[in-house]
Amino acid sequence: MARSRDLRPGYSRRAQYGIFTGYVIAVVGIVVGVIALALSLFDPGAFAFLRGAATEVAAPVGETSSAARRSGAGLIAAIGAYFDTGRQNLQLSREIAGARANAVTARALADENRRLKALLHIVDPAQPPIASATLIGSTAASARRYAIIDVGTAQGVRAGMPVRAAAGLIGRVVEASRDTARVLLISDADNVVPVRRAGDGLPGFVQGTANGRIAIRLLTMGNNPLHPGDVFVTSGSGGIYPPGVPVAVVATTRRDGAEGQLAADPAATDYVLVLPTYKADAVAAMAASVKAAGPPLKEDN
Amino acid sequence: MVPTSRPASTRLVSGPDATPRRPINRAPLPWLAAGLPWVSIMAMSLVTFSPVIASAPVMPPLAFMTLLAWRMLRPAFLPIWAGLPLGAWDDLFSGQPFGSAIVLWSAAMLAMEVIDERYLWRGFVQDWLAAAVLTTVYLLAMSAIAGLAARALLPLTIGPQWLMAIVLFPVVNRLVAMLDKLRLLPLMRL
Repeated sequence: MARSRDLRPGYSRRAQYGIFTGYVIAVVGIVVGVIALALSLFDPGAFAFLRGAATEVAAPVGETSSAARRSGAGLIAAIGAYFDTGRQNLQLSREIAGARANAVTARALADENRRLKALLHIVDPAQPPIASATLIGSTAASARRYAIIDVGTAQGVRAGMPVRAAAGLIGRVVEASRDTARVLLISDADNVVPVRRAGDGLPGFVQGTANGRIAIRLLTMGNNPLHPGDVFVTSGSGGIYPPGVPVAVVATTRRDGAEGQLAADPAATDYVLVLPTYKADAVAAMAASVKAAGPPLKEDN
Repeated sequence: MVPTSRPASTRLVSGPDATPRRPINRAPLPWLAAGLPWVSIMAMSLVTFSPVIASAPVMPPLAFMTLLAWRMLRPAFLPIWAGLPLGAWDDLFSGQPFGSAIVLWSAAMLAMEVIDERYLWRGFVQDWLAAAVLTTVYLLAMSAIAGLAARALLPLTIGPQWLMAIVLFPVVNRLVAMLDKLRLLPLMRL
């Protein structure tokens, strides 16, 4: 294939200027890009309004593909169900017999639990979710892990609100536009979630590693008390995430913590709930006090 | 009538080399011919709204690959500053910090210009090689920028994405060639 464009168009001034202007605009493009990049690295929310408007426009695309994903998964499940109907039937009838017995016990336990909580006055006034939403997209080609949901400020969603699925925590809202919002998933390296072990309250935190796994770090030093299969739930410290939401399950232990799997895989999730910020006043007060305190004092020596 | 041989410049071409038969009162739709490359690249940027909610970067940078394919198929079509508007559009949806695609796409257009200057006669394999090099640099730079934005050293997770990008480039190229045929269909009556 030969070059088809001649960059020396003879004596035509107009053509010469045209080519020259093209190069100028291309270089200006790079400069503009560098400035925009510096701005958005310095202040990640700088172009939020543009992104918000763009996702609003493209939301129908996501809704359609989300519906396609749901119906596709349903179809495969329906076909698969025919193959093991008999075995499943037997298994289910056995399970029902067991579950009947358990249900009575569970009801008694729930009743006892309610009375104990009322006694201790630790029951929060019920915090109903802000909105329920569909995950309509994610940044599949980027190393950052964002997802888009189809509710926004019109439904009362604000930046900072936690998002959970039935199986566990998904992430928190970082940008909200009118009808869509951008969710920072817990598998993103920027998202740190304070957690505790479900069994004994061993404190730690969870950080994304951007490859679908997450790292679990402990606050205590010494020998590593983690085992594969340990479940970690949010601890509620920090004031953003409500306590007791499952976050991760330990997959492999490391020297100083563990590598975990997400409790709620965003790929297998379609409906999510946006919850109110757990202690919004406390978070706001903390942010204000940090701002009022100013930057940390420099040691001048 | 004695069949005289015509001079080469006026000889009628026949056989598979002949230009596709086109009625002389038909022409391509101007808006389709001018707009389809832009629209196809912008549509590829929307792949972030894919049905797959990814937990790791798995999709190859399809929009960038489409840009390269158009640039290689029709070197004169996209202006050299095309990286500015198209990159800005891609930034809106890619989840990367705004501005990263503007820089890298503009740089890629300039790099393609240099490649055109240097290697005048290229076959498809050379084009593929050039695209592979550009895509590799692009993915590395994007990953570095994402790490800057997260203020953490991200593990290099671009492996699968990189392989898919290189393997899929001929497919994207083929797709672009089909779009190019569609673009030049003589649909308008003169």
